[in-house]
Amino acid sequence: MSDSIDIINAFALMTNFVILPALSYGSQLALGALAVTLVYSILRFSNFAQGDSMAFGTMIVILLTGFMIGKGWTITGIPTALLVIPIAVIGTSIYMLTMDRLVYRHYRRIKVKQNIVGITASIGVMFITGGIVRFILGASPQRFEDGERFIFSVREFKAFTGLEQGIALKTSQFLTITIAILLVAFLFYFLQKTKTGKAMRAYSDNTELALLSGIDPDKVVQITWLLVAALTTIAGALYGLDKGFAPQQYHLLLLPIFASVIVGGIGSPLGAIAGAFLVSFSEVLLTYAYKKFLIYLLPLSMHPNSLVQLIGTEYKYAISFVILVTVLLIRPTGLLKGKVIDGD
Amino acid sequence: MAYLEGTNLVAAYGVVPILHECSVEVEKGELAVIVGPNGAGKSTVMRVLLGMLEATAGEVKLDGQDISMLSTQERISQGLAFVPQNKNVFPSMTVEENLEMGGFLRLDDINKTIEEVYSLFPILYEKRKQLAEELSGGQRQQVAFGRAMMTQPSVMLLDEPTAGVSPIVMDEIFSNILDVRNAGMAVLMVEQNAQQALNIADKGYVLVSGRNEHTGTGSELINDPEVRKKFLGG
Repeated sequence: MSDSIDIINAFALMTNFVILPALSYGSQLALGALAVTLVYSILRFSNFAQGDSMAFGTMIVILLTGFMIGKGWTITGIPTALLVIPIAVIGTSIYMLTMDRLVYRHYRRIKVKQNIVGITASIGVMFITGGIVRFILGASPQRFEDGERFIFSVREFKAFTGLEQGIALKTSQFLTITIAILLVAFLFYFLQKTKTGKAMRAYSDNTELALLSGIDPDKVVQITWLLVAALTTIAGALYGLDKGFAPQQYHLLLLPIFASVIVGGIGSPLGAIAGAFLVSFSEVLLTYAYKKFLIYLLPLSMHPNSLVQLIGTEYKYAISFVILVTVLLIRPTGLLKGKVIDGD
Repeated sequence: MAYLEGTNLVAAYGVVPILHECSVEVEKGELAVIVGPNGAGKSTVMRVLLGMLEATAGEVKLDGQDISMLSTQERISQGLAFVPQNKNVFPSMTVEENLEMGGFLRLDDINKTIEEVYSLFPILYEKRKQLAEELSGGQRQQVAFGRAMMTQPSVMLLDEPTAGVSPIVMDEIFSNILDVRNAGMAVLMVEQNAQQALNIADKGYVLVSGRNEHTGTGSELINDPEVRKKFLGG
């Protein structure tokens, strides 16, 4: 390793270990956070079942992936999971609509304080969903990524650029970022430009007036669940392709997702995305060991001996929690002015 | 038989009775005004006519058809339109989107109706890309009005359209209401500003404790010494 200051290699190192992982993790959180935002805006409760619903969607993806590989129905180079996502979205939609019919609709009809009752009901759904996933798939971690693992690997990058530090672009990272961009673009187009999307915003804005305008509340709710199912399944599948699947891990994703939504401003889709990246970058930046990075940037005499890691990775969920508490104390409406959660 | 009739309506919020055999009716091209003290059930009459609150007795007829069993949405598609007192716009949507939502149920081209609303309220055309929450109270009232007109209704129900606006804006709103009436719509309005409302009304109802206390033309009621003394401040 050279003893002079080497900015290019330092940057390559950061890109490989911080920027790319944080971008893809942030994209996964953003999709989950958008699902929570949609449920909050239309159905008016904070959906605690979000993490476990992502596990449910991913479970269908895993089962279908296994089936397709067993049959030999794969396409070289493309993860089979990607091919089965549309079917998994349908499966998750059916599950969510069923849960709405069995659980949430009742509380909508009797017009109770929707957020607090919805939260409580969704905690129940969370446990049921998590139980179903563990019952069918077991609690142990599994990987379901097949096909080409890298768009380009560290070795290829080094050979191409001649740099000491390599950057690898994993297929899962590339897919995550691309699909997230496409999905978010579609969602915003849908909400801003289509008649159904506008009706959803109208319903969220002023429910009684939406009813007076002839907007069918049942249809709005159904379409919301379809969108939520798509976001949830895709977020879960991409997270699983990237980091592997484990039911407990998905359950715990609820915390960074809620932190994203609240940091960004509850009910604001743009805020949810901004919040997701804030949370993901905080998590990765604070748990990254900067030793090598500093060795590239500092003269020999100042080279660190320790790992220079601010927080151990086992505490990464604490970061979401601290962000959450700080925002609620200092700016409860979030960065992009959202609503303040209350009991109504 | 009038175009819209609510006959002997009885209604309650939970166990609290609000309306006791209250009747109102309005003809096409006519402006009827419901006035009365707070808690008289004025707004409740509207909610019952619209099917937002179920009547325990009585019936609502539109053009001779009994619509008592229809849902609010069905009544809207039959030609009823309602401008609520509060929260009568979609605040985080643009003026134009508010109008589009008003015409949600229509399958034909709504652009012509949007043009009509703009020609009635030119300021809305200037502000069409602005969010409704950024408008002044009077302009917001016009958005609310325009939204209700998007279904091309035959009956317009207005709940205190002049609540919280300045006297100048009030005159403007009343003149808009007269325009709508002159265009052949049946207009039924609940008003706090009883004196001014009865001045322009073809017909007035004075409601007290959910009962019809006085009924007559606008000028009859204004000149009725008892109504003057009790409700119009002498």
